[in-house]
Amino acid sequence: MPHIWCPGCGHGIVMQALVRAIHQVGLDQDKTVIVSGIGCSSRASGYMDFDTIHTTHGRALAFATGIKMANPELNVIVMTGDGDASAIGGNHLIHAARRNIGITCICLNNNIYGMTSGQFSPTTPDCALATTAPYGNIDPAFNLCNLVQAAGASYVARGTAMQARMLEKYIANGLRNDGFSFIEAIDQCPTYFGRKNKMGDPYAMMKRQGELSVPASKASAMTAEELVGKHVVGELWSKPRPEYAKSYDKVIEKAQGGAR
Amino acid sequence: MASVQAPSRTRVLMQGNEAIFEGALAAGMRFYAGYPITPSTEIAELASERLPKVGGRFIQMEDEIASMAAVVGASLAGRKSMTATSGPGFSLKQENLGYAIHGDIPCVVVNVQRMGPSTGLPTSPAQGDMQQARFGSHGDYGIIALTPSSVSEAYYLTIRAFNLSEQFRVPVILLADEVIGHLREPVALPEASEIDAVERRKPALPKGEHKPFRPDDKGVPTLPNFGDGYRFHVTGLIHAEDGFATSNPKLVDKAVRRLTNKLMDNIDEIYQAEQRDIAEADIVVFAYGGTARSAQRAVRMAREKGLKVGFYRPITIWPFHDEMVRQAIAGKKAVIVPELNLGQMAREVERVAHGTTNVIPLTKVNGEILTPAEILAAIEGVR
Repeated sequence: MPHIWCPGCGHGIVMQALVRAIHQVGLDQDKTVIVSGIGCSSRASGYMDFDTIHTTHGRALAFATGIKMANPELNVIVMTGDGDASAIGGNHLIHAARRNIGITCICLNNNIYGMTSGQFSPTTPDCALATTAPYGNIDPAFNLCNLVQAAGASYVARGTAMQARMLEKYIANGLRNDGFSFIEAIDQCPTYFGRKNKMGDPYAMMKRQGELSVPASKASAMTAEELVGKHVVGELWSKPRPEYAKSYDKVIEKAQGGAR
Repeated sequence: MASVQAPSRTRVLMQGNEAIFEGALAAGMRFYAGYPITPSTEIAELASERLPKVGGRFIQMEDEIASMAAVVGASLAGRKSMTATSGPGFSLKQENLGYAIHGDIPCVVVNVQRMGPSTGLPTSPAQGDMQQARFGSHGDYGIIALTPSSVSEAYYLTIRAFNLSEQFRVPVILLADEVIGHLREPVALPEASEIDAVERRKPALPKGEHKPFRPDDKGVPTLPNFGDGYRFHVTGLIHAEDGFATSNPKLVDKAVRRLTNKLMDNIDEIYQAEQRDIAEADIVVFAYGGTARSAQRAVRMAREKGLKVGFYRPITIWPFHDEMVRQAIAGKKAVIVPELNLGQMAREVERVAHGTTNVIPLTKVNGEILTPAEILAAIEGVR
């Protein structure tokens, strides 16, 4: 299958986890829409056999909100990257979570803008090198899961490409959740982030993902200092809240039954 | 488009923005995503109240960019969709508007123009976004923009905007101005049975055989709706007939030119203009939107004084009908173009005049409307 991803890129693994999760949950292939933004991860929408839409940079969640609101019967899934979702797309991420709209958002976080050849993103670690941070990155990194949870998402999980089977489980649970589900998938860009920061080959990068992972249950007993540089993985938040499109159904009922 | 008046119709006093909303509803609009912005906010407020009553869906998005994106998404999911804004919001929407244009995605974007640039005068009229409506997004493409001169026309033109949008699978900009947006005039509302709403075509072939972006003989493709089982791909990258990205020069050329040609090749179906007393005229007044109201009066006053003055009012602003305008101004002593901007449509008239007719822009950019007296003075000033 022709695709643009580099040998050793983690995006293929995450895409596969999504497809397996869709199959596991049993979603109707004809009623599933994949929406992506711009970036290497967002190319995934062109590689999957559903209704798919490759939108503008940062705006996938806004397009997805329109799709879901217009036809709430559709299963709407967003594939986005760390830059796409949290830099230019930050506002839409916050509001989709706040609304708890029935969209499953998978953020493929390789800590870099890969498509444009290696600029730093809001998740690039402190002191890392990037083409627009030649003296070392001074931007502090977002904790995307914390951000999305605080904004109101009803399901938040983090996994890694190294632990692909767990990722598949989180995505499946996210798909099952009736509301905004956010799954951060830590994966690797060996070509830009990896090479620039001398992180070794793709397998070395993936191995490191595993080594730096701390399960949520363990993390709760650790101090902030101990968690520096680590990825807290697992199902971090799961608390049902009214789903937005369904809340709007109630508005319709009210408008049609009401006095005005 | 059929004539506006019919004897049996109920006449309702309406605000321009209200008429735009009612026209949209009559045309079958059932999704609105927007953001509050003066002087268009009334449209969003009406949508929030009235849409759910008819099973439509409204969402106030977090910003103008998101509103445009949501409108595009909802259209692909099968609903006739619209948003309304003013200058600053229109600027923000350009990227996603370009996305809709490039993806052959129907939608209606209302721009109730305020005085610009920038924040400008939010509650004062202007016609400063005419060129932006045509060229606001990057790259080469075609777009339809309509501009009403009365509240009644705002109602009927909004129906037409949706019809053209669905027929040609292109965003249509409804360029109102603050005058029309906030004016109150009677509108003769049609019976539901009198409204001719165009529905988008559905693919004739099943999945596997149907090419979502294969154009028909007018240059318009038949995209399925999401959820109809076609499992097709939409992208902002230049794409081939199957919807997937291509950089093949032959296909790229074809794809880009088609976006302009689908409108220019069918311009006579799209274009409307009101022309009066052109044949005998020495001077033509070319005016549109709210300014046409003052211009109409000025032309009448001039004719009462014995001056041979004709009136040309484009209702379709884009595409610009070069041939029709050229014919209307050919051999005339002068064509006066009164506008609440610094000559944005005058430059189009000058372009087609090609130096053979004297084009006199009458520009006003102080936040006030052009009066009949000012336009009459310009007519009388022609030597």
